[in-house]
Amino acid sequence: MTSLPGTTGRKLGLVIDLDTCVGCHACATACKSWNGSGMSGPLSDINPHSAGIEGVWFNRVHSYEAGEGEGSRTVHVPRSCLHCETPDCVTVCPTGASYKRAEDGIVLIDHDICIGCQLCAWACPYGAREFDEPEGVMKKCTLCVDRIYNQAMPAAERVPACVSACPTRARHFGDLGDPESEVSRLVAERGGVALAPELGYAPVNRYLPPRDPRRFDAAPAKDPAPLPSQIQNPLLRWLDRVLSR
Amino acid sequence: MLRGMTRHVLPLHDPTGDEIKTTTCYMCACRCGIRVHLRGGEVRHIDGNPDHPVNRGVICGKGSAGAMTHRSAARLRGPLKRVGPRGSGEFAPITWEEALATATEWLSAVRRKDPKRLAFFTGRDQSQALTGFWAAQFGTPNFAAHGGFCSVNMAAAGLYTIGGSFWEFGEPDWEHARYFLMFGVAEDHDSNPIKLGLSKLKARGAKIVSVNPVRTGYSAIADEWIGIRPGTDGLFIGALIRELLLADRVDGAFLADYTNAPWLVIEDPGGATDGLFARDEAGRVLARDRARGIIPADTPDLSPVLVGEVTLPDGRRARPVFEKMAARFLSGDYAPEAVAGRTGISPERTRRIARELAAAAFDDPPVLPIAWTDIHGRRHESITGRPVAMHAMRGISAHANGFHTCRALHILQMLLGAVDRPGAWRPKAPFPRPIPPGPGPAGSTVAPDAPIAGNLLGFPQGPEDLLLDAENNPIRIDHAFSWEAPLALHGMMHTVIANAADANPYPIEVLFLFMANMAWNSAMNPQATIEALTRKRADGEYAIPRIIYSDAYLSETVAYADLILPDTTYLERWDCISLLDRPIGSAHGPGDAVRRPVVKPDRDVRPFQEVLIELGARLGLPAFVTEDGSPRYRDYADYIVHHERSPGVGPLAGWRGVDGTKTGKGEPNPDQLRRYIENGCFWRHEWPPEQAWMRFANRAYLAAAKEMGLIGSDAPIVLQIWSEPLAKFRLAALGHGERQPPEHLRARLARHCDPLPFWHEPESSGGLPLSAVTQRPMPMYHSWGTMNPWLRQILADNRLYMHRDTAAALGLQEGEWVEVEGPGGRVRARLATHSGVNRDTVWTWNAIGKRAGAWRLTEDAPEPERGFLLNHAIPEWLPTQEGFRLSNSDPVTGQAAWYDLRVRVTRAGVPGPSPRFEPLREPPLMPPRPPILRAYHGAPRPFASDRA
Repeated sequence: MTSLPGTTGRKLGLVIDLDTCVGCHACATACKSWNGSGMSGPLSDINPHSAGIEGVWFNRVHSYEAGEGEGSRTVHVPRSCLHCETPDCVTVCPTGASYKRAEDGIVLIDHDICIGCQLCAWACPYGAREFDEPEGVMKKCTLCVDRIYNQAMPAAERVPACVSACPTRARHFGDLGDPESEVSRLVAERGGVALAPELGYAPVNRYLPPRDPRRFDAAPAKDPAPLPSQIQNPLLRWLDRVLSR
Repeated sequence: MLRGMTRHVLPLHDPTGDEIKTTTCYMCACRCGIRVHLRGGEVRHIDGNPDHPVNRGVICGKGSAGAMTHRSAARLRGPLKRVGPRGSGEFAPITWEEALATATEWLSAVRRKDPKRLAFFTGRDQSQALTGFWAAQFGTPNFAAHGGFCSVNMAAAGLYTIGGSFWEFGEPDWEHARYFLMFGVAEDHDSNPIKLGLSKLKARGAKIVSVNPVRTGYSAIADEWIGIRPGTDGLFIGALIRELLLADRVDGAFLADYTNAPWLVIEDPGGATDGLFARDEAGRVLARDRARGIIPADTPDLSPVLVGEVTLPDGRRARPVFEKMAARFLSGDYAPEAVAGRTGISPERTRRIARELAAAAFDDPPVLPIAWTDIHGRRHESITGRPVAMHAMRGISAHANGFHTCRALHILQMLLGAVDRPGAWRPKAPFPRPIPPGPGPAGSTVAPDAPIAGNLLGFPQGPEDLLLDAENNPIRIDHAFSWEAPLALHGMMHTVIANAADANPYPIEVLFLFMANMAWNSAMNPQATIEALTRKRADGEYAIPRIIYSDAYLSETVAYADLILPDTTYLERWDCISLLDRPIGSAHGPGDAVRRPVVKPDRDVRPFQEVLIELGARLGLPAFVTEDGSPRYRDYADYIVHHERSPGVGPLAGWRGVDGTKTGKGEPNPDQLRRYIENGCFWRHEWPPEQAWMRFANRAYLAAAKEMGLIGSDAPIVLQIWSEPLAKFRLAALGHGERQPPEHLRARLARHCDPLPFWHEPESSGGLPLSAVTQRPMPMYHSWGTMNPWLRQILADNRLYMHRDTAAALGLQEGEWVEVEGPGGRVRARLATHSGVNRDTVWTWNAIGKRAGAWRLTEDAPEPERGFLLNHAIPEWLPTQEGFRLSNSDPVTGQAAWYDLRVRVTRAGVPGPSPRFEPLREPPLMPPRPPILRAYHGAPRPFASDRA
């Protein structure tokens, strides 16, 4: 069994805005592109051109319908590792391959010592762990640890690939352990929620719930318009109207 | 417990690759700037270019998966000639020399005899400035891309009304809009700019309203979803117009100053000038001035009267456009109560939306401190916004009433004064342009071995510009610009194959297609199209004797061609996103871009545009050879730099002139492409603030745009509520003028060539109870995506979606197989239920169902096994008529009306999709399908590196 760090210096994670996510899957494919060719690569795809296609994804987008009728809404929920503070996926690991970094809280897998037993996948209630069968090891979201500190990249680009790609800017990255960080403020402002916190794993990532629909208060016009029934011929109003250039 | 053990050293600072090359994406038509990260010469990663004006660093689900489309096992690998019957998939590999010699032989024979017997049609082609020019040089009028299937209603309505159009040619002012109203907006154009814009609106708290029968994609995050019944948007818009007029919440000053609302329309029922504008001897259009009576409408200090009949000096009567328009919409036909039954939108809701639009437009609008001078010579110290922005796409376009519905929407914008003002919809450069923007279509005379001068896809002003032969028959094989579709600005690709096979009005010798999947999802009736492609004449020859097809991928259409010219992927070639075609301009200024080869092909393939240029030289087309007959251009890159359409105007507008200092117009610059590459593969010019708004009536803008060559004249662009070209077609239909329509089309033309918009029920409904439409999934683009193993994991089969209550009423269950019966045929599909759909509508994802064998799919793949195409139910012709047939299209523009589909849905009883197609046999050269893909681009390195 593997132990967790007592505390982590920072709690790096994602804040995902369900109010603006349109379900385009940019986060999913950008993630696959970056990580499949990076430190976690390859992310195998089995049967790429036939039935039974199945690949390794760190990020998957689910679409749900909530409510009924005109008031119903389609909600797109991108799902990836939540980098929990007390994750069982780490503690169940029999080899120590699964670990949570003390410095920033990122949950990682050391592929060299992972034996592919998949206990961690059983332990994770969020389905964030992916078994790469051809490679025989577990893989997961690294929060793009090879981007966020990367001194070979311009500072502005040192964010996870999913955050960089998101065309509706629905994904935010930062230190959720710092109440003054932009992401923490966003969570406070928008009432961000953790996913199934009752399970007790203290997820770090937060989701911003869909906002109440904007109402547009149509202020009454200064001269209230006459009711249609009061107008014999609405065109007559235009006869004396001066429209000079 | 395992604790504190030595961890592997994480490669935290690895560069993303050895090299980063910028280029332009082509995973859809959006033309975002991308960075391709190369490692060991291979594509390692693709991301958005942060400096690019289109996408500003973001990238969508398709764009991020570009590496897998680029590397797909479905790529064609070398030229092929057919050796078995069409459709058999029996091909033999040939050399490029044989392929080009064969094509040249076929094409030169046609050109010598009768050039119009070549039909050259392209799909989602971004090189129409070249392909259209090539067709004209060849001398055939039979050219178009797929716009007639897709967007022409929006283009035609916009270009004949407000000098610009929706789709990707206009954009809301995302920075200032407070109310955003979308009609039938799909998720494919403009992909990332709209997504970025929506997030800006959300951040600012603007209200987003989506009018769409289906609540997916952008509709899913709208503040209000109006689940309208398909094809009734024109009624809803008409009701909004009526409510604004009744409530007197319209921008009278805008109408008077910048639209043709004051212009006088002749009222002479039965006469030859009825519906034309009243003009003086000098040809100036007249208006009624409050003090001076009838004077030219362009008089700078005109004080127009917008209502009231007048008597012209010659005794004829006339009335202002505004009054005629208002009378149309104030009639009971457009009362919210009258339209509610058809639209499904309650009168209260319609009135509330009208109130909201007016409040957003007129109450406390933003005022920008920008001084400008209008076309009447008045200087303004600021510009007042009308922060109501609209956007509309296929939900309006793909209906037979789409042209008029889109015109009605433009009138709604004009009533609100919400055109090119802060917060409003704005045309993207090079628009606005004159209304209409150019001369009529070229191609009225076709002669052996001779080019056609001018643009094949032009802008008819009246019957005199139609392409008709001496017998009044269409000159074009697709019947575009004929009495059947007078404003078919984008051609009618959807009729080409059927007409060619039927020799209607004449046979086609060579059909030349570029990435147009006509044997599948790009035809309204794929089975009939396949039949036409394989039909034989009595003498044993195919009805269409020669078919040349170019595509990078093994699409469903490959098997039906005789000669395959394999194209490269988008990362292996030059392309030109040109101001002459579909540039990357924005409301802030013009722009264009290039796509450049970032990797070399590893197959025996050549970029299509380069092949076309070589064919042009081999055929001796004048613009493609020098005086001594040798090729004028080395390749496409050479053409992009050196071709001049008119003196100083070429495919790219940036860095022109011998030293690269000229913009828009200037001599070719041999160094131009290097300058583009240095700038991230795009060029952009930003209008200074005083030129940036109200451009149709902005003196400084008009002068600057003329100087840059974007418009031919700096005359004011007066927005056209009343459309005189339509009035001219109507007069012809009523018996006036030399050119007369055939009798069987008179009534149809007289009705549909109405100078004012109106709503009509589509003809093809066929008494069936439900509407059926398709939606675009965001991770796929039309038929593209199935060859990409990442994207097909996201979506590999589609269902027929139906409202829960409707399914319950029909006794249908989630997941069961249902029979979908439409006028064009029957389709079997699996049912899914939800709430986010209009109750009288069913829908599915477009083009997810595929044919086995195509795109490298095995027979057991979900796409052929469970996916389906709704196209099989769509009628390509209107209900049978006596002695003639008319395309199921908009009667004005020829736009394919595939959203008019009505269906009946019943329990299937048997599972599995229908119709079923034999799997296509794969051509030679295709590599084996990999059982496992290790998407591991670039030089191999271990995934877990050295331990410390």
